[in-house]
Amino acid sequence: MRIAVEHRSVYRFTQPQARIVQMLRLTPCDTQHQTVVSWMVGVDCDARLRDAVDGYGNAVTMLYAEGPIEAIEIAVTGEVLTTDNAGVVRGAAEPLPPALFLRTTARTAASPELAAFARDVSDGTGDPIERLHRLNQALHARFRCVPDVPDTGLTAAEAFAGKAQASRDLAQMFVAAARTLDAPARYVSGYRLDHMAQCAPHGWCEAWVAGLGWIGFDPVTGMSPGDGHVRVAVGLDADGAAAIAGRRIGHGDEELAVDVQVDRLGNEE
Amino acid sequence: MGSTGAFDEIWGHGGPEAPREAFAALSQWIAETPPDELQRRQHSAEAAFRQLGITFAVYGDSDAAERIIPFDIVPRIFLRREWEKLSEGLVQRVEAINAFLEDIYGARRILDEGILPPELVLHNEQFRPEVAGIRPPHGVWAHICGIDLVRTGPDEFYVLEDNARTPSGVSYMLENREAMIRLCPELFRDFRVAPVDSYPDMLLETMRSVAPSGRARPVCVVLTPGHFNSAYYEHSFLADSMGVELVEAADLVVDDDIVYMETIAGRVRVDVIYRRIDDDFLDPLVFRPDSLLGVPGLIAAYRAGNVALLNAPGNGIADDKAIYSYMPEIVRFYSGGEAKLPNVETWRCREPQALKYVLDHLPELVVKLVDGSGGYGMLVGPTATHAQIEAFRAALIAEPHRYIAQPTLALSTVPTLTEKGLAPRHVDFRPFVLTGSDKVRVVPGGLTRVALREGSLVVNSSQGGGTKDSFVLLGDAA
Amino acid sequence: MMMLSRTAAALYWLGRYVERADFIARLVEATIRLDALSPRPAGEAAWQSALAVSYTDEAFAATGHPATQAHVARFLTLDAGNPGAIIRCLEMARNNARAVRTALTREAWTAINRAWWLFANRASTGGATETLNLVEQIKGETRGFEGAIHRMMRNEATLLIQLGAAIERADNTARLVDVKYHLLLPAGESVGGAVDRDQWTTILQTVSAVTAYRWLYSEGLRPDNVIDLLVSRAELPRSLAACVEESVTLLSALAKRTGLQGEADRMARARLARIQKARTPDIIVGGLHEYLETFITENALLDGAIARQFRFL
Repeated sequence: MRIAVEHRSVYRFTQPQARIVQMLRLTPCDTQHQTVVSWMVGVDCDARLRDAVDGYGNAVTMLYAEGPIEAIEIAVTGEVLTTDNAGVVRGAAEPLPPALFLRTTARTAASPELAAFARDVSDGTGDPIERLHRLNQALHARFRCVPDVPDTGLTAAEAFAGKAQASRDLAQMFVAAARTLDAPARYVSGYRLDHMAQCAPHGWCEAWVAGLGWIGFDPVTGMSPGDGHVRVAVGLDADGAAAIAGRRIGHGDEELAVDVQVDRLGNEE
Repeated sequence: MGSTGAFDEIWGHGGPEAPREAFAALSQWIAETPPDELQRRQHSAEAAFRQLGITFAVYGDSDAAERIIPFDIVPRIFLRREWEKLSEGLVQRVEAINAFLEDIYGARRILDEGILPPELVLHNEQFRPEVAGIRPPHGVWAHICGIDLVRTGPDEFYVLEDNARTPSGVSYMLENREAMIRLCPELFRDFRVAPVDSYPDMLLETMRSVAPSGRARPVCVVLTPGHFNSAYYEHSFLADSMGVELVEAADLVVDDDIVYMETIAGRVRVDVIYRRIDDDFLDPLVFRPDSLLGVPGLIAAYRAGNVALLNAPGNGIADDKAIYSYMPEIVRFYSGGEAKLPNVETWRCREPQALKYVLDHLPELVVKLVDGSGGYGMLVGPTATHAQIEAFRAALIAEPHRYIAQPTLALSTVPTLTEKGLAPRHVDFRPFVLTGSDKVRVVPGGLTRVALREGSLVVNSSQGGGTKDSFVLLGDAA
Repeated sequence: MMMLSRTAAALYWLGRYVERADFIARLVEATIRLDALSPRPAGEAAWQSALAVSYTDEAFAATGHPATQAHVARFLTLDAGNPGAIIRCLEMARNNARAVRTALTREAWTAINRAWWLFANRASTGGATETLNLVEQIKGETRGFEGAIHRMMRNEATLLIQLGAAIERADNTARLVDVKYHLLLPAGESVGGAVDRDQWTTILQTVSAVTAYRWLYSEGLRPDNVIDLLVSRAELPRSLAACVEESVTLLSALAKRTGLQGEADRMARARLARIQKARTPDIIVGGLHEYLETFITENALLDGAIARQFRFL
């Protein structure tokens, strides 16, 4: 499938900023089932951009802008070709061993309730893939999914106490729960073709199964991602894979507006 | 004079009347200098320290927000042959630490070959995936190491702890020596003491040697959390004696993956940073996003190879408690030989045989939580109650992998000036080892900490510990 | 190597705070003397004016204490709740000094550190004698600091400390003259009329100018002469003219070393040209209060220009 992505983030400041430094995880990498046709990260003011690869193998872009800056827009436009591989990830850069992803973080620490939930839904099967699928479906069934908004720092444990959650929170709950079942799991941020208006990238997750490798799970659909997902970055939690991490030097408040458009191009199928 | 039964480094086991053979002259100096004269010199040294502002802050102590660490006038002495042997062990250990860090953030051969249980590293918070894959300029990770040693006999030294992050205390080594030269010049006349005052030069050489290649006259700086930090004196002292800028995070900016400092004439590029702030506060974009400190973009500049950071971020994995017990294996793996400086014997309760031994000998052992901190979750067998021992027995059986156990050691003593005259007090020792791209340098000296309370083994400055000068002799007798 | 901007700011403020501590010490000392010479009501007025000179009258009123020597002297010296107290000035001076330890000599640092320790462990000033003792010690330490600065290399660090001191001194002297003049000459009374000798002597003492006055003026103590001395005579180090001249000299020396010349230099030179032309009788006729108010405002503008020129963070 040919997918077009447009992702705009606009920061407006109540007072001009002297400098802005941001780390952007906004560029997808090629895998066996995802080919980046074109991709561009643009900024609407004088800025220097530097590309690198972080410790997790994600493509990152450092953005350095000198003030005075009253507003800054980071616009991503690109096209990606995808094929469906039933969620199995092949050909991604994997600089870290899967066992690392058993590590928990402040945002993915499971509460006793979440751990019990993971135990209950996976009870009765010893098959690791089956357990993960059940977990994925159970999360899908339990929560009403709401559109993503910019990250507020909600933890998996806090999200589990609610009823309706965004893709980011569902994914963090999956990650937290899977780790309690001794499955290495990680957070994935990227884009998903759907009909909901988006104010943030899409979040889902991947868990590692011996013999198969990393397998994607999207609790928003209750299924594994197919050719409608564009994988951008992975991390231990949503912070580790955040699209933009930044610091500004200057007074005043900021306001962030994000607009994500994901469209299907052509009718090759 | 009280006898603790421990080995005294000057008096041996025989007390002041029968000092160790090589220490007859020093023992005589101690015996012949009147205690009130020693007391006077000691006070004079402490007054000078206070005036210089060599103070440290005791957290939660509002009455005396700034104190000086007590100084003891009687030096601790290493003979040349003792020192040479120690040095070899230190170099070997620090080389292994560097090799370990290079491996663990790169190929991870040591995990593949089953020398270390992978989860011990991968699940350890001190292993920083954020800096995985980065090779620091010239492949040096632990540029400045402080290796904490204890001694139990003439030739028995043990490593208690490695410090491969930002070990402090070197300013005490230098200021204590300054004080001793001023107050006890006769000692330097009578004994040939190896000088330590070249330390700042050695540190600067080490810093320059790891500058990113192609920088002809590298700009080096010391990065401090600021003057409210308890080790600020040391930060300013080192910057001053090296003749480099002492910067705070707010003085540094990163632009286009290059680090600059803000000066009155604009930005000046920085090549080498001796940072005295923790990993967590280095770069808010990479480590703690909630941290208001740090230099945004610093790790990007580091990853791009445009700046050297001393010590490298992520070094905490090398001096972690859980890793410590594997240091003999780590040294063997990378050096191909046995560790010349042994660890304190450590039983890893995750291993069934070790667990059995520990359970059988609880009243004699110190049991520690691997991931515990600040003495929390520690059993000191010899002073514990029956109930405490039984509680630990249950905990050990339930979660053996969380515990290690060590014997209680009889730390060596050195004669120390007390209110009742000279008496043996327990000491430990922190020598400093510098690793540059060119070579490994061991400073002939270090920081001796002394537990001033009789019988106490706690040398921490926050708990009544003091310091002594540490002489390394150029000969084999004192 | 160019100096860090933060270091430059800390040095400049170190100079300002030490100067301020020294000035408050002199003010307290002179006021104690005045108080001793006056009947009770005049004494309270003396302390009230000391508060006004140090910009702390409102803060003191908020404490609810009467303006007696015991209360005001403590407030101006040891009260850590008063940002204008000597103890706070020394604390700020020491914090700035600590932050730039590497730019100072040990001698300069120990002078500041000793002055701070003098205060750090004291709770009360005691009576007049103890206060005078304390003030004398502070003056000794600040003199020691100035001496140490003079013995330091004449580099950017020294010049910035001295520049901070010159700007602070200009403000202090202008404020002292303004308040005392107001107080001593209520509206309608002419200069040269009946004056309180002791009050004018107090002013001279505060700026260490008693001897200078005797040397320069033969007519005995006259307010217009005191004003002339404190405003226009560059021979007196604490006069406005001297401070203005010194700021120009220091900025030029800094420009020579750093190559940085700009707005601050231009403002300082323009100010010097004005003060050199001004004649004291004209100033008094034109309104001394207005003149001093303008001077204080210009001084603050120069302070801002210095901060921009040397990129204080």
